[in-house]
Amino acid sequence: MRIAVQSAPFDSAAELAGFGGAGAGAIVTFTGIVRNDSGEMQALELEHYPGMTERAMTAIAEEAVARWSLTDVLVIHRYGRFAVGEQIMMVATAARHRKAAFEAAEFLMDYLKSRAPFWKKEIGPTGENWIAAKEADEDALKRW
Amino acid sequence: MTEPAGIEVVYFAWVRERIGLPRESITTSAATVADLVEELCAREPRYAAAFADLSALRVALDQELSDFSAPLAGVREVAFFPPMTGG
Repeated sequence: MRIAVQSAPFDSAAELAGFGGAGAGAIVTFTGIVRNDSGEMQALELEHYPGMTERAMTAIAEEAVARWSLTDVLVIHRYGRFAVGEQIMMVATAARHRKAAFEAAEFLMDYLKSRAPFWKKEIGPTGENWIAAKEADEDALKRW
Repeated sequence: MTEPAGIEVVYFAWVRERIGLPRESITTSAATVADLVEELCAREPRYAAAFADLSALRVALDQELSDFSAPLAGVREVAFFPPMTGG
């Protein structure tokens, strides 16, 4: 298991070298990149709560490992200032079978979105705007 | 009311911007998070502005998500922030 909160970019290929664990038969990876929702975004700023972020991410990852019997899990989440198209976070799950790996990856993403203490701010030509959480994000947790 | 205790209060995102500082050490006798919010709001309008709508806010006690009715006894760090937007 590897949990990382960092401002530096990551190399997903390098991160996945050696990832999997004993007994793995399937690996699912997800990479989130900065999207230009408004079409006018110049940068995205991500603030986080040092200490709580690592704790929350570890707790979420441990729950995924327990529920889907994962053989390995990787969560990297960046903070700081980003340009459109930059990689912001990645998740990898390894399990004996693909269904568990896919489900665990979705679970991780749903929980990281609403339970990991990050806040996004969009920087545009007319000013700055905190991105509000969506009700759908909270609803997404109910299926787990 | 409980015995006055020193507590770290931290703010994130627009709560931090509205209050104008990222953290402060305060001494309080507040028994619950809600009591602490009331105490802060009585201080200055910028606190009242940040805490105007509690349904738009979340609270963490010693880095664990909690709620406004939670007791503060033994708590060292209280954090206020909007709903999280990770991922």
